[in-house]
Amino acid sequence: MTDTPIPPAPPSRLRRAWESDLFWSFRHAPVAMASSFVVIVLILGAVLAPLIAPHDPFSPGTLNLMNGFTPPGQANAMTGDIFLLGTDDQGRDVFSTILYGMRISLFVGFSAVLLAMVLGVTLGLLAGYVGGWTETIIMRIADVQLTFPAILVAMLIFGIAKGITPPEYRDEMAIWVLILAIGLSDWVQFARVVRGATLVEKNKEYIQAARLIGRTPFSIMLRHILPNVLNPVLVIATISLALAIIAEATLSFLGVGAPPTKPSLGTLIRIGQEFMFSGEWWILIFPAVTLLALALSINLLGDWLRDALNPRLR
Amino acid sequence: MKTTAFLAAALLAGTAIGASAETLRWARAGDSLTLDPHAQNEGPTHTLSHQMYEPLIIRDMTGEFEPALATDWAPSEDDPNVWVFNLRQGVTFHDGADFTAEDVVFSINRAKSENSNMKELLNSIVEVRAVDDHTVEFVTDGPNPILPSNLTNLFMMDKDWAEANDSVDVQEVEAGEKTFASSNSNGTGPYKLVSREPDVKTVLTLNEDYWGRDEFPLDVTEIVYTPIQNAATRVAALLSGEVDFIQDVPVQDINRVAESDGLVVKTAPQNRTIFFGMNMGADDIENDNVEGENPLADARVRRAMNLAINRDAIKQVVMRGQSEPAGIIAPPFVNGWTEEMDQTSTDIEAGKALMEEAGYGDGFSIQLDCPNDRYVNDEAICQSVVGMLAQIGVNVNLDAKPKAQHFPLITNGETDFYMLGWGVPTYDSEYIFNFLVHTRGSDRGSWNGTGYSNPEIDEKIVSLASETDLDKRDATIQEIWDEVQEETLYLPIHHQVLNWGMSEKVGTEVSPEDDPKFKFFTMN
Repeated sequence: MTDTPIPPAPPSRLRRAWESDLFWSFRHAPVAMASSFVVIVLILGAVLAPLIAPHDPFSPGTLNLMNGFTPPGQANAMTGDIFLLGTDDQGRDVFSTILYGMRISLFVGFSAVLLAMVLGVTLGLLAGYVGGWTETIIMRIADVQLTFPAILVAMLIFGIAKGITPPEYRDEMAIWVLILAIGLSDWVQFARVVRGATLVEKNKEYIQAARLIGRTPFSIMLRHILPNVLNPVLVIATISLALAIIAEATLSFLGVGAPPTKPSLGTLIRIGQEFMFSGEWWILIFPAVTLLALALSINLLGDWLRDALNPRLR
Repeated sequence: MKTTAFLAAALLAGTAIGASAETLRWARAGDSLTLDPHAQNEGPTHTLSHQMYEPLIIRDMTGEFEPALATDWAPSEDDPNVWVFNLRQGVTFHDGADFTAEDVVFSINRAKSENSNMKELLNSIVEVRAVDDHTVEFVTDGPNPILPSNLTNLFMMDKDWAEANDSVDVQEVEAGEKTFASSNSNGTGPYKLVSREPDVKTVLTLNEDYWGRDEFPLDVTEIVYTPIQNAATRVAALLSGEVDFIQDVPVQDINRVAESDGLVVKTAPQNRTIFFGMNMGADDIENDNVEGENPLADARVRRAMNLAINRDAIKQVVMRGQSEPAGIIAPPFVNGWTEEMDQTSTDIEAGKALMEEAGYGDGFSIQLDCPNDRYVNDEAICQSVVGMLAQIGVNVNLDAKPKAQHFPLITNGETDFYMLGWGVPTYDSEYIFNFLVHTRGSDRGSWNGTGYSNPEIDEKIVSLASETDLDKRDATIQEIWDEVQEETLYLPIHHQVLNWGMSEKVGTEVSPEDDPKFKFFTMN
């Protein structure tokens, strides 16, 4: 009798992912693991805010002004209420406000990057593949926009959008306007990188082959070039996410972003810095540390991703 | 060696200048809105104008009358409808022109002209005539016993200068107009304009030819005025010695400033009340979610909103004790104020019941316009009121912006719910009625953003100017207040308290008008 060896079962998808280069590199990068842990915890906190947060800071009717300026962990002298991270000047629980504020920050960040990415990748592909006048026009617009700081462009877009929205919708629109403003100020990076990669790819043999067998330019761009230029896009998207979150905080800090009754992290920091001298440090420190942790972790993840995806560094 | 000698010389020169010139670096939250002295009746605008321009009569730092460009004044012996002013002689404008009676006639007529924001103070004046170069007669429509107190913020311009520079007409601020007089100045005052960049920096220097050089301390020889909107930055500037004087120490930082070496905080009640106005006159309003009707037109809704506001909480938390809760929009300084009217009460349940009765049991939503660089903690007060009104079902969208954008909304009637603070330089209720209660028209009611109009009340307001029987006048004032309170025309919040922070070397009292006049300041 001869034993026919049983061929080993093909590794499961999860196992393949676990053993992939990317994951191998992840498992050997403690910084990346630590930052992704922080990011996951913060995102979970934001997503589950309505379940976790003891108060709803966006519902002004439930606030008690007498709770204002309660220090963290101590009972308020007048109402006797206790707040984990204290309260701000309006009596809002800082912990709840951070959780809810992070929802705005993350939502604005993700959506803005998505918008910038879709816009930038599409225009970059077009510019790189079609060339000629299309390329000139797209890339010159990009160059012009690059000469202005992104935050200025965002403020400009925000101002115009605010001017044309009717007042009764302004509060609801504020978030979408923020997304639009940050997204439109950030597409250039994507477009430039994708155009560059497209220029390299489009002269390769597999593209010429695809062209010879009669594929339409649209299908070539979408099916053949796009998958091959996605790596750098992923890296830029991660770093842009951190930048978009900071841009949102900056706009709100300047008072042009999220409405004061729906504070995001930036609004909280703006409120908090007024009370730095008078000793109510918790209004500033906690949201600031949260913003720092969020932006720093995402940035570190982006850095790691860039190194891991770079074939030259392997 | 050469360098050392040079440095020593420079140091010597430095000390020499330091001994003779005292620069006062002054900061407050907002800037003057315009240099045109008749274009905006607004506190910080007048404060800057007071350094360069002068009225006939001025209030000193304690609020007392003092002769300025007029040396004395009295009702005419022949005609009870005439006030006679004797003008100061030998006064020149900054450009060297003599100050004479024709300048007074010109300035008063200018302040009465269409675009002027000072009309309400002068509408009892029928004619101003120059008797000779230094005597002026004001003819009023019936005897006006309180006319002099209306003139303390009415600045005198040079007729020839205005004519030569195309500035005879008052700047139309609401339309965004810019004129020569709105960015240049030529007054008789103790300081001359050196440079000005609106909202950034204004520099003034001592007028060497000032008529009062021997009468006033005039220790300050140069003024550098920088508006710093951010409260923390403003305090930091004072703590670090970057500025010598700030007019609005944030309430949370009073202790910190007072305990710092070399700094003092001086506190005094201000002649100013903070309140909210509501557009009750329109059939339908823009900034709400109710179609076809105006919830604010219903007095029950306004009363409910008034009951929802917890003024004691605002005083304790937002103002940290630095305010006096108000039940009336007149500060206690003002003739016509009574303690009885100044009582406040909070009753959420009664407020809800009133809302139900008015048919708004489910509430409604509306936009609140609020300044963020004018009054003490203005935006924070608005925010806390948002929370309080939410408890009776009024959902408020808060739009806070700098005063330069906020005030035109009120004077143009483009806001339905707004914050305003009103100081009373005349110390009399008539001033409040003229600006805030009288029907909005060509010569009264310019700051009445409520749309309130009651011909009977208007008549009573107009009668105040020429009522010589003071008891009868006070009775009419009381009648008008009764109506204002009954209608809940405004939602009073509090009477402001002033906290001036300054370096020890600065010597001054706190004027109830929040109106530093630097010629009275001493510097040690």
